[in-house]
Amino acid sequence: MDFAITMTGFVALYIFMLAAFAGWVIIGGVPAILHTPLMSGSNFVHGIVVVGGIFALLNASTVLEQSIGFGAVLLGAGNAAGGYAVTDRMLAMFQVSKPHRARRARAKHLKKV
Amino acid sequence: MSTIIPQLIIGLTDLAAAFLFLYGLKRMSSPVTAPSGIFVAGLGMVVAILASFLYVFSVSAAARPHLAVNIGLALIALALGGGVAWWSGRKIALTAMPQMVALYNGMGGGAAGAIAAVELFGNKAQGLAQLVVTLLGALIGAVSLSGSVIAWAKLDGVIEKPLRVRGQQAVNALFMLATLAFGGYIAFVTQSGVAPLIPMPQLIALFFGCALLFGVLMTLPIGGADMPVVISIYNALTGLAVGFEGFVLQNPALMIAGMVVGAAGTLLTLLMAKAMNRSVGNVVFTNFGAAPKHKQGDIKGSLKPVEAGDAGIFMRYASKVIIVPGYGLAAAQGQQRLYEFVKLLQAGGVDVKFAIHPVAGRMPGQMDVLLAEAGVPYDLIFQLEDINDEFANADVALVIGANDVVNPAARTDKSSPIYGMPILNADKAKKVYVVKRGEGKGYAGIVNALFYGDNCNMVYGDAQAVLGKMIEAVKGLGLAAAA
Repeated sequence: MDFAITMTGFVALYIFMLAAFAGWVIIGGVPAILHTPLMSGSNFVHGIVVVGGIFALLNASTVLEQSIGFGAVLLGAGNAAGGYAVTDRMLAMFQVSKPHRARRARAKHLKKV
Repeated sequence: MSTIIPQLIIGLTDLAAAFLFLYGLKRMSSPVTAPSGIFVAGLGMVVAILASFLYVFSVSAAARPHLAVNIGLALIALALGGGVAWWSGRKIALTAMPQMVALYNGMGGGAAGAIAAVELFGNKAQGLAQLVVTLLGALIGAVSLSGSVIAWAKLDGVIEKPLRVRGQQAVNALFMLATLAFGGYIAFVTQSGVAPLIPMPQLIALFFGCALLFGVLMTLPIGGADMPVVISIYNALTGLAVGFEGFVLQNPALMIAGMVVGAAGTLLTLLMAKAMNRSVGNVVFTNFGAAPKHKQGDIKGSLKPVEAGDAGIFMRYASKVIIVPGYGLAAAQGQQRLYEFVKLLQAGGVDVKFAIHPVAGRMPGQMDVLLAEAGVPYDLIFQLEDINDEFANADVALVIGANDVVNPAARTDKSSPIYGMPILNADKAKKVYVVKRGEGKGYAGIVNALFYGDNCNMVYGDAQAVLGKMIEAVKGLGLAAAA
């Protein structure tokens, strides 16, 4: 038995096509208020490149390959960690505010009426 | 035999990671579920990275003697790159976030390029398809890296002016062609086995050099006002590069995550460009300031400065005030003060609303984030199309640190570089106050006729200081009434 994944030609194209469609649909109809966090969030998601970097570095057999692989992991880790930190900070602003604020706004509205 | 279990675990965790990314992004696309969305995606990232160390069981024979060193290097790189980026992402001021996104995005592009470099130098690609995809990923990743760094430098103020020279587009095209030629030649040599004219390593280095230079040259002439769109383009490109390298490494998690971001980033780019009423091609290939020099003699009237306190008191006695925030508010970190002032007005029975232009600030949605941080309730914040008709019956439009997004030239002046961009109709309000640091021009570098209008007064000063004075003045009124 073998669980190694091999993808060639059309299988890869199908994956690309479906993934692209998913990305398009997920972002479609997003309110403008979320554009910045979403750009940042999708920036975090492509930080998965660090996994490719680790694979390349583990399979490196020359000093040149090792140093470039090291760079790949370094940059990829930066992409992932930085992307998460920034996105989380942006989105945290939505978190604290939401529930009690909606209630307060409603209370104010009632008072006015 | 010993590789089956690790392979199975890697396969399952990558599958889970791909799902968690999609689900996380889906949650991030609604304000209610957004905060948990990034956590879901983060979970996917952690399991994928942990599982990736199981690759140690299946490394190539050539790399086996170096395994211990390589594992050590990988751990150091993870800790170093992740640690520094995490720390900077936590520390950085809120206003600097757009450039940080650019920087982190460039890192991702660089990582994709570096993976391609390892594959190319090690001659690991199997077959023409893999080789071509490796080269494409390398090209896109390298352009994204150097372009993002330039975008970062521009937003951070390291590079102040867009750099434009005659015939720049021809030079850019030349470098693009050179990159493609080197890439094509690499593919040809590798496939045919013909001895290359230049030794292979140098050929690969030239290929990357040209791609990096192309990214720099392409980004340099683009003005700072267009940087949000540019960052979004590079975000999509990095996604694409990651997806391509995922195919080369036969890793479906990378393929899916990369391609999802590629598509999502492309759509986001189109939405942003649409908000500015410009096509993406227009942003990238024609320069914002390069429009024929606009004659500015046709603006009548004068700038009429007033004291911050007077403006504050006037607004206290208005019945309807619409506030237009811009980058100046973010730069002065005046959002808390602004909300404090708004609460004072509301306590006096003034109807206060916020009008957000889609490209106010340096990134779409930046103003929403900024106001959310200050605690401004959502129901006070309105987007352009929802509030634009209300300016006509507003007593005061208070423009804070915004300029181009309220410039009526976009409506009336065909020769203006921003002609056709939807703007907030602040000029239609009975009274307009503009809080501005000085008489300088906006990011687009054009004079704003709104400021010269009969109904407009300028309040000069740093947004935070000005709002402080307004608060003081309005509070002073309350004290006088109580006495």
